[in-house]
Amino acid sequence: MITKRIIPCLDVKDGRVVKGTKFKDLNDVSSPVELAKFYTEAGADELVFYDITASSDGRKLFTEILTETASNVFIPLTVGGGISTIEDFDRVLKCGADKVSVNSGAIRNPSIIGEAARLYGDQCVVISADVALIDGVYRVFAKGARENTGMEAIDWIKRCVDMGAGEVVVNSIDTDGVKKGFDIPLLKKVCEAVNVPVIASGGAGCIQDFIDLFTEIPDIDAGLAASIFHFREVEIADLKDAMAKAGIPARI
Amino acid sequence: MIAIIDYGVGNLFSLQSSLKYIGQDVEVTSDPEKIEAADRIILPGVGAYEDAARKLRESGMADLVMEQAKAGKPLMGICLGMQLLFEKSFEYGEHEGLGLIKGSVVPIRDVVSEDYKIPHIGWNALRFKGRAAEGQEPLFKYTKEGDHVYFVHSFYATDCADSTIASTEYGAELTAAVADGKIYGCQFHPEKSGKVGLNILRAFCEL
Repeated sequence: MITKRIIPCLDVKDGRVVKGTKFKDLNDVSSPVELAKFYTEAGADELVFYDITASSDGRKLFTEILTETASNVFIPLTVGGGISTIEDFDRVLKCGADKVSVNSGAIRNPSIIGEAARLYGDQCVVISADVALIDGVYRVFAKGARENTGMEAIDWIKRCVDMGAGEVVVNSIDTDGVKKGFDIPLLKKVCEAVNVPVIASGGAGCIQDFIDLFTEIPDIDAGLAASIFHFREVEIADLKDAMAKAGIPARI
Repeated sequence: MIAIIDYGVGNLFSLQSSLKYIGQDVEVTSDPEKIEAADRIILPGVGAYEDAARKLRESGMADLVMEQAKAGKPLMGICLGMQLLFEKSFEYGEHEGLGLIKGSVVPIRDVVSEDYKIPHIGWNALRFKGRAAEGQEPLFKYTKEGDHVYFVHSFYATDCADSTIASTEYGAELTAAVADGKIYGCQFHPEKSGKVGLNILRAFCEL
């Protein structure tokens, strides 16, 4: 049976891992390569590297770090952040990324999804959506969750999957950084709407939050988190043990 | 030296890195002399079957790989590279493969209900079959039944019971690895399967 994946996310700026609470107030945590090795040893099933650099110097540093990580860590790597062209896909794939996640880039230019899927395969293209509930409707946000696009989130995600996205990361703006659990109602809706793997992001504060996620939504494929892993509030090995005890398929 | 066949398909960075990591001398190449001189060959591949099969033929690599494998040189096909070892694939049409291993490649959806998502992406457990079930498979000398490996695929190999050395459960029993003599195929990605995967590559390098 396929296991539920646990995915630490590393937000990288100027060569260092940072994690914002509600996307603001960034604080430095550690070296991306060292953290990636640490997580792999601890049993992480996959890693997400998110490039939050804007400058070209920072971008170069990011690809160097990605290359070094991919030379030392042999689990799947997903890269996101600032992906808006096929050249961006190409650049990070050459550095050892296995999957590329697009967010604002796909909102600006949806055809990138189909184009990338044809070139690299569906499995390579991940749509990442920042979603918040506004007046009772789930809306997609762009530009690091700062701008409401007005698009209905479930429709947008379905459209991306129809165009060729092979995986979906749903990041709930409402639960992100709050550490009171994943956004179960939103994630349930997404899982009902699409038939590709769905990764839950935003809100994990403790081991029980992951257990609740996988128990309440048997269709969900993975749970993603950042700060709770970086600050070692949750140890991945303990999390995997707890999952196995709860009868959730886990790779131990 | 291990030759990773370069025929313009897929991303070979991780595969190359993983082999270097376990101390192997490795070269990504389409140079016939280097491939002939290599101790073993890896046939990688991601993407579409038709395109990959065509590129493999047009580059002259198909004939060379077949010749080397038939002469007894250890060969491992990975993911689409594994599927190319079979006689044919029904991925969007019908396409001819190398025919080094008996069987064909069909959509997972043919045997798996709508309850299961396609592609089959993630970590799944190996169930030993054939000579591996008898403890006779050198590729798995460092691998235990039930170890998890990383899969990403929408098609799988079928009609290959004789060569299957491992399968995995995903709403149906899917072929995970095949072997015929020293010709191997892994549907999963050993270069992305953590320690378990590195140990499978290590065992291949010791064949």
